[in-house]
Amino acid sequence: MPPAPLPSFDASREGFEAHRAWERKLAEGRWGMVTWPEAYGGRGLNLVQWLIFEEEYWRAGAPLRVNQNGIFLLGPTLMEFGTDAQKARFLSKMASGDEIWAQAWSEPQAGSDLAAVRSTGRRDGDEYVLNGHKIWSSRAVFADWAFGLFRTDPASERHKGLSLIFFKLDAPGVRVQPIPQIDGETGFAEIFLENVRVPAFNRLGEEGQGWSICMATAGFERGLMLRSPARFQVAAKKLVELYRAHEDETAPETRAAVLQSFMDAEAYALSIYATASRLMAGGHIGAEASTNKIFWSEMDIQLHRTALSILGARAELLRAAPEAGDVGRWLDGYFFSLAGPIYAGSNEIQKNIIAERMLGLPR
Amino acid sequence: MDFRFTDEQQMTAEAVKGLLADFCQPADLRRLMQSGEARDEKRWAAIAEMGLAGALVPEAKGGLGLKGPDFVLVAEACGYAGLPEPLVENAGVALPLLAALARDQRSRTILDRALAGEITVAVAHPANPFVADADTAGAILAVRGDELFLCDAETVSLVRQPSIDPFRRLFSIADRPCVTTAVAEVSEARRALDAALDRGALFAAAQMLGIAQRAVDLAVAYAKERQQFGKPIGSYQAVKHLLSTVQVRIEFARPVVHAAAAQLENGDAFSRARISHAKLATAEAADLACRTAIQVHGAMGYSWEVDVHFFLKRALALASWWGDARSHRERIAARTFDRPIGPDSTFASEAANA
Repeated sequence: MPPAPLPSFDASREGFEAHRAWERKLAEGRWGMVTWPEAYGGRGLNLVQWLIFEEEYWRAGAPLRVNQNGIFLLGPTLMEFGTDAQKARFLSKMASGDEIWAQAWSEPQAGSDLAAVRSTGRRDGDEYVLNGHKIWSSRAVFADWAFGLFRTDPASERHKGLSLIFFKLDAPGVRVQPIPQIDGETGFAEIFLENVRVPAFNRLGEEGQGWSICMATAGFERGLMLRSPARFQVAAKKLVELYRAHEDETAPETRAAVLQSFMDAEAYALSIYATASRLMAGGHIGAEASTNKIFWSEMDIQLHRTALSILGARAELLRAAPEAGDVGRWLDGYFFSLAGPIYAGSNEIQKNIIAERMLGLPR
Repeated sequence: MDFRFTDEQQMTAEAVKGLLADFCQPADLRRLMQSGEARDEKRWAAIAEMGLAGALVPEAKGGLGLKGPDFVLVAEACGYAGLPEPLVENAGVALPLLAALARDQRSRTILDRALAGEITVAVAHPANPFVADADTAGAILAVRGDELFLCDAETVSLVRQPSIDPFRRLFSIADRPCVTTAVAEVSEARRALDAALDRGALFAAAQMLGIAQRAVDLAVAYAKERQQFGKPIGSYQAVKHLLSTVQVRIEFARPVVHAAAAQLENGDAFSRARISHAKLATAEAADLACRTAIQVHGAMGYSWEVDVHFFLKRALALASWWGDARSHRERIAARTFDRPIGPDSTFASEAANA
C-alpha cells in the first residue's frame, strides 16, 4: 500500500502517474485483474473470487483504479470479441498499467442517443482514417489509448455500420481538450480527431458490429464490474462510524438514513453475489444490469448526503481548511456521486431499458 | 459459493405456482368473497394434498425437514396469487412452533392431525395483536401470562376483527376459560417464539415480494392494452419510469429475502437483521408497487372492479404483521451498531464469529 493517499489521478499528471505506478505494483504480484488468464497477467479466478479480492482491496483502502475503463470495461469485451492476436497485444499491457485507457463513445449530439454518432472511420487499405469529435471521455487527459465508436459505413444510419476502433491519444491528428468538471478537476475531455490513421488491427470484432459490442461492454459496466459492492459496504461502514462519532448532535431521521445506507449496501452486495453465481453457471447479464446502475448510483448519493448532513455546517469545508478534518473526503465523494446517475447511460435511459426489455412495455 | 436455488426447490415452487394458477385467479377470489365462506374448500383440499403442511417440521416429528430456502419461493408464490388460505402461516410458522414444543400426548396428536392436513393451527404470538385464521383452526397456540397454551379451538371465545383485506380473518381471544394444555413456560418457549417471529417475518416478506411483482405485472398488462393519444400508455416514458422504478426496488429486495431464507436457522443477530431488512425492503417495494399499479390504471385503479386493490390491502396488512417497521428497524440497528460491519461480514454469523 502507498504510505500516504495518492493525489487525484484527474487533477494532475503527477497524480495520474502515481496511480500508474500503483497499477504496476499490483501487476508485479499478478493482482492487476485477477479474473484474467495467467497468460495475460491475471490469476484465472472466478467472479465470486473476484468479489472477494475486491472486498479485501476496498477494506484496505487501496487507491482507485486509474485504468478502470480498460480493466473493467474494455478488458472483458476484448476477452469475448477479440482475436488471439489482439488479446496478446492489448490485455497484458492493460493489466500491467503500461497502457491506460479512456472511453470515446459520446459526441456533442450523441449522448443518451448514442446511435447518433457521426465520427467516421474510413477504410483505406490496411488502415482506418478517423475523423470526428468525441466528448465526456473520462481519463482521456492523461491516458494512453482510447476505444471509440466510429461510423465505418458512410451510408449507414443509427445502430448499423458502426465499429469499435482503438486509437492512441498521442497519435498525429488527435487533440485532447480537457473539460473542467463540477469539482474543478479535469476528469474528462473532448477529443478532436483529424485524419488519424490506425491499423485495421485496432478494430474490435467485425466491421459494423460496433453497436452490439458496445452494448455488451455497457452490460459489464452497468452490471457488475464498474462498481463492486465492497466499495459501498466500506463507505457505509465509514458512514456508521461518522454517525457514531456525532450521534448526540444529529437529527432523529439521520439514524434511519444511516441504517438505510447500511441496508442498501448489503442489498447491493447480495444481489451481485447472486448475479455472479448465475453468470458462473453459464447465465448472461441482461437488462437487469440497468437496475444495478440505478440502484448503486442512487445509493451513493443518499449515502453521501447523509454524511454531509451529519457534518452540518462543516460540510462545505475544502480539504485545505484547517478545521476540515476528514470532511473533504465526504465532500469529494458527494460530488463524484452526483455523476453516477449520468454516466454509463443516464438513469432515465436505464429506466427505458428496464421498461422495454424486462417488463416488455412497447417502444 | 452458489446462490442459486436447487432444481428441487424450484420444482416445488413451480408446483405451487401451477396449483395457484389453476385455483387462485382473481375470479376465484371474487367468488370466495361473494360466498362469504371462510375458505375455498376445493382449493384448500388441493393444497392439503400437496403435503406441504409439515414442510418445515423436522423429519423426526413427522415433517419433511425442509429449510428456509425450500419454502421461501412457495411463500412468494402465495403472495403473488393473493392466496386467502393460511398455507404460509400454518406450514411456515405454526407447525414448526408446535413441533418444537409438543411433548405431551395431546399436543402430539394435534400436531399429527395438522401434519396430515386434517386441521390447521393458529398462533396468538406477542408480535401480533390478533390471531389470523383462528376460526378455521383446529387448535390455537397462545401466550397467556407467563405460559404458552395449546387451546382447543371450539372452546375458545373469538371476537372477529374485520380487516380491510376481505380475505384476512382476524380475531381477538376473549379472556374466558377454555380447554387448554400448558405446553411451555414463556421463558422456556422464548427461543421457539423468537424462531416463530423470524419465520413469520421472513415469509411475510416473501409474500410481499410476490405481491409487489404481481402489482407490476397487472399494471404492465394494462399499460400495454390501454390506448390514449392513439398509443398504448405503456409506450410513454412517464409510465415506463414509474414501473421501472418499482422494478428496481423489487430487484434489490429479492436477494435480501433469499439470503435471509438461507440464514433463517442461524437465529442470531445477523440472521435476524437480515430477515428484518427483507421485511422492510419488501414492505416498501409492495407499497410502492401497489400504489403505482393503481396510478397506472388511472380511475380504473380506484375501482372495485380492477384487482389491484386485493394486493394493495394484503400488502398493507403484511407490512405490520410479524413486526412493524419500527421493531424491525431496531433489530437492524442492533446489528449495525453493535456487530462488525463491512464487506467481510456480509455472511457473518455468531457461530462463525465465536
